[in-house]
Amino acid sequence: MTLIQRLNIGLRRIPPWTLYFVGVIPLIWLFWLAATGGLGFEPIKELEHRLGELALQMLIVVLAIRPLYDRIGVNLMAFRRALGLVTFLYVFAHMLVWLVLDVGILSEIWADILKRPYITVGMASLVLMTPLAMSSNNLSLRKMGPKRWRLLHRLTYPAAFLGALHYVMLARGFQWEPLMYLGVVVLLLGLRLRLPRRSVVA
Amino acid sequence: MAGRYKSKLTWDDVTPKSAWLNRRQLIAGGAGALALGSIAGPAAASLEAQKTDYGQGLEPNTLEEITSYNNFYEFGTDKADPRRNAHMLTTDPWSVEIDGLVDNPGSYSMEDILDGVTLEERIYRFRCVERWSMVIPWVGFELSDLLNKVGVQAGANYVAFETALRPDEMPGVKSPVIDWPYREGLRLDEAMHPLTIMATGLYDAPMPNQNGAPIRLVVPWKYGYKSIKSIVRITLTEQQPPTAWNLYSPQEYGFFSNVNPERDHPRWSQRFERRVGSGLFSKQEPTLMFNGYEDEVANLYQDMDLIEFH
Repeated sequence: MTLIQRLNIGLRRIPPWTLYFVGVIPLIWLFWLAATGGLGFEPIKELEHRLGELALQMLIVVLAIRPLYDRIGVNLMAFRRALGLVTFLYVFAHMLVWLVLDVGILSEIWADILKRPYITVGMASLVLMTPLAMSSNNLSLRKMGPKRWRLLHRLTYPAAFLGALHYVMLARGFQWEPLMYLGVVVLLLGLRLRLPRRSVVA
Repeated sequence: MAGRYKSKLTWDDVTPKSAWLNRRQLIAGGAGALALGSIAGPAAASLEAQKTDYGQGLEPNTLEEITSYNNFYEFGTDKADPRRNAHMLTTDPWSVEIDGLVDNPGSYSMEDILDGVTLEERIYRFRCVERWSMVIPWVGFELSDLLNKVGVQAGANYVAFETALRPDEMPGVKSPVIDWPYREGLRLDEAMHPLTIMATGLYDAPMPNQNGAPIRLVVPWKYGYKSIKSIVRITLTEQQPPTAWNLYSPQEYGFFSNVNPERDHPRWSQRFERRVGSGLFSKQEPTLMFNGYEDEVANLYQDMDLIEFH
């Protein structure tokens, strides 16, 4: 038995629902830190940034699951739905912290979404993810049928790209870190491209 | 020439020294920088700056806040990086090259610069373009004192400043975040304005490295990035000098960069700001024109379109 087979057998013993519980721990922990002074003197900004960064990291894990399975054989496919939903939770919490705690003024929120390109892009990413989160259940899958459901869930790709772009756009000055996130996302999306088959002339 | 600037403010508005000294003792790491050199310890590090009554109704941020949340990209782009890394900067000896259209160009040591200068305390609002703000009790002297000492020649219209660029002591400059060295500039009348100071300390103690030791500019009615830190060169010029953030993105960062709630920055609405240290559930406060110094400085810009010349 290969190492990967053994790994897959081990992974199969972990029920996917446990991810929901593990997934919310950092969220609760970060809010606790922010409320009790553990995130420094600008807790709102720090919380906002940490949630956004975690969301982006999880998004990268979600995107890596398919290529890991196809190319290496590591099977995390059973966790994809739970991970996707937890990712959405962090994206949503990130947006809520910005909306309620950071800006908090309705006219300013609307102006920001329309006028600040990095916020427009971030919001677009969240909007694209919303139907994905809402249809991440068996009932939706049955109702829509697997073909249409899969087509809908391709929205993950533009959503991920826009999420990473959002980070690049908000960096002041030239900074490596956001560019590396964008690079990894683009790489993971690139792995999904299938080169068009050469047409065979009879 | 201290105490020229009069207003109806009182020293009683400041956080009592005992209160912030106690807080300071809790943060040995950051405050360690203050105790450098021949100074015996933080409590003894008084610069004995002359009290001025500038800063009525303003409650300064704590020393801990002022020294822990900084933008000083030469030491890293994280707000906590300067506090972590700025101890590497050698601030003694230090000299400032003063050149361009001046009568007495040359290299001025800190002793030369401070010779005959009366240090005074100025409690100023500080507004970052990123929408956070602080109130800081600076110690310094008016830039005009220094400029008069070196003699500004006719024909000089601008003052250019440059920050030290030391890759061995500044881990942040290895990355091309901006076009190093950090540069800033003022129009001569802005530089000569009595609110414009060269600061060498805060809270009556020598300037912490992360705040721009040993000498920095403070222009309270402009966004924080204009108040350039750890200055090694001052040049009087005829033409408007290039400035760091303006070179990076001119539509975002104008040469003047006066705090202006009406001028929309492409990244941030500038209508509101949040005081650093006000907590997770704090509300934003409205930003004031010229950061609250409108009465003092509006006359510098009488016939200017402040949206176009932002």
